[in-house]
Amino acid sequence: MTRTAMHDIDPADRRRFLVLGSSAAMVALVGLRPAQATPDTMKAAIRDVVKDAVVRVGRVKLDVPPLVENGNTVPLTVTVSSPMTAADHVVSIYVFNEKNPQPNVGNFHLGPRAGRAQVSTRIRLADTQTLTAIAKLSDGSLWSATADVVVTLAACTEEAS
Amino acid sequence: MPSTLINVPPTAKRGDIIEIKTLMSHIMETGYRHTETGAVVPRNIITGFRCRYNGVEVFRADLFPAFSANPFISFFTVATDSGRFEFEWTGDNGFQETATADITVS
Repeated sequence: MTRTAMHDIDPADRRRFLVLGSSAAMVALVGLRPAQATPDTMKAAIRDVVKDAVVRVGRVKLDVPPLVENGNTVPLTVTVSSPMTAADHVVSIYVFNEKNPQPNVGNFHLGPRAGRAQVSTRIRLADTQTLTAIAKLSDGSLWSATADVVVTLAACTEEAS
Repeated sequence: MPSTLINVPPTAKRGDIIEIKTLMSHIMETGYRHTETGAVVPRNIITGFRCRYNGVEVFRADLFPAFSANPFISFFTVATDSGRFEFEWTGDNGFQETATADITVS
């Protein structure tokens, strides 16, 4: 007689049980959330940008140190070989990673007035991984480069002090 | 009060390609860190950066938590006219900061 059994439970108890249950579910959710992006989520992020277009390898140079001690500040420079004229220039540069909590690193939008298609910044890397840079040109073509980085001290996930 | 570092050459010849370096002090809290008690530290990052040269946008960036704290961005532009560079950073919790730098082009 499960029905009568249900009715026997004090509503306050049931509420407490529900609260307990939902907080347990929340803890489980937090625990289960993937701690890092995967090469697949990076591919999905890249697809969001490039849609169905073909990405060719070349013209892009992705400079990062091959071995970094501290993943909290990794110098990164992306250079695209382009005349940077009104007719032929780089429109955007996108940088992606495989293993940070999310696949995007940064998007940079420039134009013919840049003169030189080069951007530099400092980024965080949570793990040893491969970075991908994609450049979108004014004619719509897409070019890419990858770089492998070995990280000894990871960024992002340490406890806040 | 957040502090900024801007490096723009004060003078240039017309047509020169000049490098602009910018740094904005900001914690860039990723939203993926936890305190000792397990609570998530809420995300607090700069999400956008923009540079205008005499009112015309010449560079823009979208920032993600993968940017290091105190985001540094450097880029290039062609010196066309004397005038003013305006820099603008926007981010979480209504973060908005601006800075300017002047250039004399001969």
